[in-house]
Amino acid sequence: MNAADGTARPNPAPETDDEIVGLGTRVRSREHAEGTGSGISIAGVRKRYGDEVAIGPVDLEIPAGGVTALIGPNGAGKSTLLTMIGRLLGMDEGSIRISGFDVGTTRSKDLATVVSILRQENHFVTRLTVRQLVGFGRFPHSRGRITRADEEVVSRAIDFLELGELEKRYLDELSGGQRQRAYVAMVLAQDTGTVLLDEPLNNLDMKHAVRMMRHLQRISDELGKSVVVVLHDINFAARYADRICAMKDGEVVAFGPVADIMRGDVLTDVFETPVSVIDGPDGPLAVWH
Amino acid sequence: MAEVLAAVPARTAAAAGRTSGAFPTAGARRRYVLVVAMLTLLAAASLIGLLVHGNPVPFGTAGFWRIVQLRVTSVLVILVVAIAQATATVAFQTAANNRIVTPSIMGFESLYTAVQTTAVFVLGAAGVTALQGVPQFALQVVLMTGFAVALYGWLLSGRRGSMHVMLLIGIVIGGGLGAVSTFMQRLLTPSEFDVLAARLFGSVANADASYLPLAIPLCLAASALLFTRARRLNVLALGPDAANALGVGHRREQLRVLLLVAVLMATSTALVGPMTFLGFLVATLAYQWADTHDHRLVLPVAVLTAVVVLGGAYFVLKHVFAAQGAVSIIIELVGGSVFLLVLLRKGRL
Repeated sequence: MNAADGTARPNPAPETDDEIVGLGTRVRSREHAEGTGSGISIAGVRKRYGDEVAIGPVDLEIPAGGVTALIGPNGAGKSTLLTMIGRLLGMDEGSIRISGFDVGTTRSKDLATVVSILRQENHFVTRLTVRQLVGFGRFPHSRGRITRADEEVVSRAIDFLELGELEKRYLDELSGGQRQRAYVAMVLAQDTGTVLLDEPLNNLDMKHAVRMMRHLQRISDELGKSVVVVLHDINFAARYADRICAMKDGEVVAFGPVADIMRGDVLTDVFETPVSVIDGPDGPLAVWH
Repeated sequence: MAEVLAAVPARTAAAAGRTSGAFPTAGARRRYVLVVAMLTLLAAASLIGLLVHGNPVPFGTAGFWRIVQLRVTSVLVILVVAIAQATATVAFQTAANNRIVTPSIMGFESLYTAVQTTAVFVLGAAGVTALQGVPQFALQVVLMTGFAVALYGWLLSGRRGSMHVMLLIGIVIGGGLGAVSTFMQRLLTPSEFDVLAARLFGSVANADASYLPLAIPLCLAASALLFTRARRLNVLALGPDAANALGVGHRREQLRVLLLVAVLMATSTALVGPMTFLGFLVATLAYQWADTHDHRLVLPVAVLTAVVVLGGAYFVLKHVFAAQGAVSIIIELVGGSVFLLVLLRKGRL
């Protein structure tokens, strides 16, 4: 690895033995993953839009492993923060490190083996099958020359999201929920330690939203990946996330385990609307109206 | 939990033949091979036809070969224009993330028209001859490439650089130059206008053999570079966010592609004049016929289609209508109809 200019380069060494086999062998227990001390650390990050609107300063340590949900009212800066973590958007100040790699200085193609990100709108012009799309997830590893090992990883990502039946279908022949799953499979095939998803439940009905959240939970539990996801529905966050990060007016106002955030006073403050939390059959439920 | 995944590889192994390659099925692959074979045959037939058909001297004699040699120039011109237009348009559409634009609208052709018109306007009928010659050809290529690169660089490099704004400004500048040219054309004498009009239709006859030593290397180098970037073009086609997420710097890659497109379009336009519809037609047909997203496979089909369309149009013009002039007219007439037919039948781009 060329590190002559002193910037951090992702050194694939800690993960090389797994990399060839991919996905399946990266199974780690969540406790183990928390112990490694990697994860996302955000220090003094700011982003300005004109004079009025600004995000930050955000300081946040997201431990490795588990599902972290970003919640907050519209315009709170959840998606902006997520896209900055995923280096799709530059920040004006501060720094973000993912598993030790500085997002601002690490080369994008190296970062692509550390973190994957899925945006909300995916406007794909080309005629692609599900499997071809998922295959693009291997680009950071194979530079477009898909090897047999890559095909294995792609197959596993597809099977993991139960897309096996659909893998030869073209994307324009899928329902919204199926397409969303295909995109998630692509991100999964990228086989990065950290997976960022921007509102993956958008446009999904109840059934598909629940299934998507279960998939994300499994990605974290069974594959040992850190998942950070922007969610609109706090009850999904409460049920499926391990921690919640609440944002408001561009700043993080609360961050902690679900139980600490799912409190009437905290949520009322975050959303500026009366919210009460009741005990549901599967844990706390937020109620508003 | 781990046993769930342990079960996965078995299923994977059982389902052999799962591939993320360019073709989802073996049938699609066979179809592609067939399409390429057919196009190669047609392309070869039209070029050989151009070389030997209607040769007044009996086959095999020295005179026969001399005439063939004279015709090699137009075949070479057709090849250069076909490669340039096809590669440039496919790459441009990918860089722009839009299948209904063509690099012609970026002002190349209106700049060409403006240069030609200004020359005739200022120098009279002699203006056309003043623009002929290798240095003048090189100057036109440099001018058009420089114009396009300045436009792309300026509009795409800023913080809020936007492809849509760039396309819009390209169209507006093109429209402006076109209006200025039209105004100057109004003031020309009918005979001057006649001389000019011949230059303003895309025509193989516009090209001079002396331009080829410059045009061929330019065209081959730029299109070869685009071919080597085909895998990155595939990623570029997924859109800016997906490309960046996969580690392909979208903006930088876009600028590189647009630079190569500018060289190709400038070469082609300076060589034969405006061919507005050709690139668009062959790119659309190539996507229909290749039926894959993979640029490594779409680009060759586009080039072959362009050779067939351009070679065929020139052949028809020369040997059916006994006219030398404007291939672009035939291309727009016949090509336009084919284009509509294919599009209406398939119903998607």
